[in-house]
Amino acid sequence: MAGNNTQLVSMLVQIADDHLILGHRLSEWCGHAPMLEEDLSMPNMALDLIGQARQLYTLAAELEGGQRTEDDLAYLRSDREYRNCLLVEKGNVDFAHTMLKQFYFAAFMKPFWQQSLNSTHKAFAAIAGKAVKEISYHIRHCGEWIIRLGDGTEESAARTRAAVAELHPYTQELFWMDPRHRSLVTSGVIPDVSLIASDWQSTVDRVFREARLSVPDVEYPLSGGREGRHTEEFGLLLAELQYMQRTYPGAQW
Amino acid sequence: MRGETSGSVSASQLRVATAVAEAVEDPELPFLTVKDLGILRGVIADHGVVVAQVSPTYSGCPAVSVIEDAVLAALTEAGFTARVERVLSPPWTTGFITDEGREKLLANGIAPPAVDTAEGSVEPFFSQRRVNCPQCESADTQIISEFGSTPCKAQYRCNCCREPFDHFKCH
Repeated sequence: MAGNNTQLVSMLVQIADDHLILGHRLSEWCGHAPMLEEDLSMPNMALDLIGQARQLYTLAAELEGGQRTEDDLAYLRSDREYRNCLLVEKGNVDFAHTMLKQFYFAAFMKPFWQQSLNSTHKAFAAIAGKAVKEISYHIRHCGEWIIRLGDGTEESAARTRAAVAELHPYTQELFWMDPRHRSLVTSGVIPDVSLIASDWQSTVDRVFREARLSVPDVEYPLSGGREGRHTEEFGLLLAELQYMQRTYPGAQW
Repeated sequence: MRGETSGSVSASQLRVATAVAEAVEDPELPFLTVKDLGILRGVIADHGVVVAQVSPTYSGCPAVSVIEDAVLAALTEAGFTARVERVLSPPWTTGFITDEGREKLLANGIAPPAVDTAEGSVEPFFSQRRVNCPQCESADTQIISEFGSTPCKAQYRCNCCREPFDHFKCH
């Protein structure tokens, strides 16, 4: 049981890391969106993601025994301790790039949360209960934008294709099942992420068809974040995210 | 004072505490109380302490801690030794908003959420939920953005009276 608890803490932190980092990247758009409605939409989605991250970190900290808090987990770990996938840390390029990144992630999390509704871990199932509705809005919002942009002007289509070419190689990492978390699947606590791939693929296919985009063949899938190996730009993100707590430990407002 | 001296909370004190907690207003929609919103899940007594159980509306709603602080402050001011407990399960849905809450939303120009929504369902791409205008009741309305001024609202426009309005999203 103690072993299972350690694995659950590690899994919760991994999911929370995905959400915190993607939410932080998205929040960088605040005040810079191409139109007012998007200046509301992107921070709203970032709030959802960071809120979900907080719930997951809080639960992980409780299960761990309370030595650390959600803030310690978010602000006081080094880059190698973060287990987010590389996709979510990719720096912002343009609006199409961001919408595609959000769409890829939402198309993964929707079935993940749906299957987590029946988790044998009640507190985790409760987090899923809220998150599944929130992520549904993200799929719709970002999916509609991919369709508009991909099937839009020459410029928007070219930018969306460039985003697909850059980001698609990072998507396979979403479906990597960490062998350490295998027993959590067996005991019905978390879904098997490797089995979510087909669900994700059908959502992507459906949107890409309408967007006149083609799904690229990926020759070299890129991964490493799940094992703590991150991209160079991740260090810069963490520096900005953590500088306040690092400079003034324990600061609050 | 009341709860503190006795060491336990009587039934009548608990009724008073419940009424105090229920009357706390939402900071973003001040015409609604936590009771109207259905986020006050219960007020119980635990070893002389009044425990108000509150659920968050949305995972990232910035009002959550403000509401919890407000409930705690109201109970403390009324003389109770109190604490607030965050309840996540079962998750809050817009179905918990009371009929009175829905009427107050409408009266304040916000279209209330539909009651029939299946959990977690979001209509297909580019489809639009039918929302009646809270001003002129016309069904000829159009979505402007699914994300509005707070996490719970979407922006709509009425094609009949031309007024823009907020819609409290179904969750």
